Amino acid sequence: MKKLIKGNDAIAMAAIEAGCRFYYGYPITPQNDIPEYLAREFPKIGGTFLQAESEIGAINMILGSAAAGKRAMISSSGPGISLMQEGISYMSGSEIPAVIVNIQRSGPGLGGISPSQGDYFQATRGGGHGDYRTPVFAPSSVQEMYDLTFLAFDVADEYRNPVVVLADGMLGQMKEPLDLRHPPQRELPEKTWALTGCAGRKPQLLKSLYLGHRELDKHCWDLWKKYQRIISREIRFEEVETKDADLVVVAFGSAARISKTAVKDARKEGLKVGLFRPISLWPYPEQRLEELAKTAKAFLVVELNTGQMVEDVKMSVGKDKPIHFYGRPPGADALPMPIEILDQIREVYP
Amino acid sequence: MSQDKPAREPRLVNPRPRTLIDRPSHFCPGCHHGIIHRLVAEAIDYFNVRERAIGVASVGCSVFLYDFMDTDVLEAPHGRASAAATGMRRALPDKVIYTYQGDGDLAAIGTAEIIHTANRGETISVVFVNNTNYGMTGGQMAPTTLLGQKTTTTPYGRDFRRDGYPIRMAEMLATLEGVAFSARGAVNKPANVRRTRELIRRAFEVQLKGIGLGFVEVLSACPTDWGLKPLEAIKRVEEELIPYYPLGIFKDKKEADHL
Ligand SMILES: Cc1ncc(C[n+]2csc(CCOP(=O)(O)OP(=O)(O)O)c2C)c(N)n1
Ligand code: SF4
Ligand SMILES: [Mg+2]
Repeated sequence: MKKLIKGNDAIAMAAIEAGCRFYYGYPITPQNDIPEYLAREFPKIGGTFLQAESEIGAINMILGSAAAGKRAMISSSGPGISLMQEGISYMSGSEIPAVIVNIQRSGPGLGGISPSQGDYFQATRGGGHGDYRTPVFAPSSVQEMYDLTFLAFDVADEYRNPVVVLADGMLGQMKEPLDLRHPPQRELPEKTWALTGCAGRKPQLLKSLYLGHRELDKHCWDLWKKYQRIISREIRFEEVETKDADLVVVAFGSAARISKTAVKDARKEGLKVGLFRPISLWPYPEQRLEELAKTAKAFLVVELNTGQMVEDVKMSVGKDKPIHFYGRPPGADALPMPIEILDQIREVYP
Repeated sequence: MSQDKPAREPRLVNPRPRTLIDRPSHFCPGCHHGIIHRLVAEAIDYFNVRERAIGVASVGCSVFLYDFMDTDVLEAPHGRASAAATGMRRALPDKVIYTYQGDGDLAAIGTAEIIHTANRGETISVVFVNNTNYGMTGGQMAPTTLLGQKTTTTPYGRDFRRDGYPIRMAEMLATLEGVAFSARGAVNKPANVRRTRELIRRAFEVQLKGIGLGFVEVLSACPTDWGLKPLEAIKRVEEELIPYYPLGIFKDKKEADHL
């Protein structure tokens, strides 16, 4: 049985179903449905919804609840996500897990509230200060908003790391039929590290400051080892008709969704075109792209920005095959139509 | 002669509190952070809540709170201890949550967080150490720096025309409904230490009774960054700080009289 649900609501519903009971946030378009949903539903089930004084306050409240071992989520967009970066860095350094949802709007600055993919660098390159990574999952449907939120909580808890769900205003605001069955959930280790008071055990500490001789060096390499485990186990992507494709369109999230229609239309015209859609943006599915580069003749990267993920594609594919880019940094009505992407496909088709 | 009297075992009148870990402090000679740590530990022992207590350390000279307090400790980003404590409080309703924050931390970068934490009436205890400068980073101006005080970033003295006025947090927070207790103490002489011990105890008590947020500002010497000898620094607390930052209780709610 499917229900017609809005993308943002799907995230809020998944959070509840995944056992999250702590949400702190600050209003910003186009993600307000998430706090509003939880403000309504949490009180009924003993959850904590708190509207913070700022995103800085909110991310540190998350830090506090998550440090106590609770599943906690925060959502925001654009400027709000920027304000959270210090907190995300501390959580990464202190290995405190939580889910951070970015319903992207356009920037830089106040930018606009239209959908965008301009935060790809911020999300995949750490965003805050220091040597850390956060897994990033990019849904491209309401169903995936739901499923990947479950996954994000599990991955966060399994690796003790903040995890980002990177969607955008289009996915957040649109309605689609949603299958409310839970995706498979993982067996997770007990949170023995949580701060709950030291009754019956030695006092514990969560910190990111390491001043001793080579302590930080060791800490960073320990984190690195964890990131390697994440790279080896958490890569996700989708492929559509890539097997015999001469041209592979690479796109994620909303851009992938629009591109998918264009790819199908191109096939109808007899063009051998496929779609490669990274779902985990970090870790990036570079190996699979590298393999595709052996059979494909060219690539076309489509993004709702002036070119960010294209750098990862270039790194994966190398210099042997042409990599074209079609970017649509957003504006009020700047989302590309499938026909516009089809035009690009025709133009660069090898 | 008195040699017939049985020799008395030497006895510590005021032994180390259980919650204060027995290790050499890293603070500079004459720094008051150590005394204030002890008073916090005494309050935790007094209410016998060490195993239920969780400290939130701030960024400043007291960042190593966990080296001295034998409780769980969370290290918060600079200025954000009260927000992190809010998250803790909401997640662990039956635990005892306390923050320990410097004046740069609480009264500059963390002003928004403390005001709103206080205004929400989070039942936490906040120990605010006002040493009129940024100790850890080498003695720069803080919002609490006195007019005319020379710091590394006010080499000619703090000038109100450029830097505004020293901020009185205890008085300001006392105006907020969510604050159950707000007071200022000092630890520059035994009488003040004893008084401050009571203030910190009360800041924990209002939390334990669920009345609201307990706030204690403690005037603290920073001889190193003040460029004074420890005894001179103690004198400065008495002669310069206390006249501007009066000691006392600015609010003490006896019960949660929510409007
Ligand atoms: C975002 C951020 N800005 C600046 C700093 C640098 N910093 C570390 S401690 C500190 C000031 C501490 O002063 P205070 O809170 O008064 O504590 P004290 O050392 O005086 O006890 C500053 C500015 C930081 N850690 N984080
Ligand atoms: S710099 Fe000042 S506050 Fe810091 S330890 Fe030394 S005396 Fe204490
Ligand atoms: Mg200070």
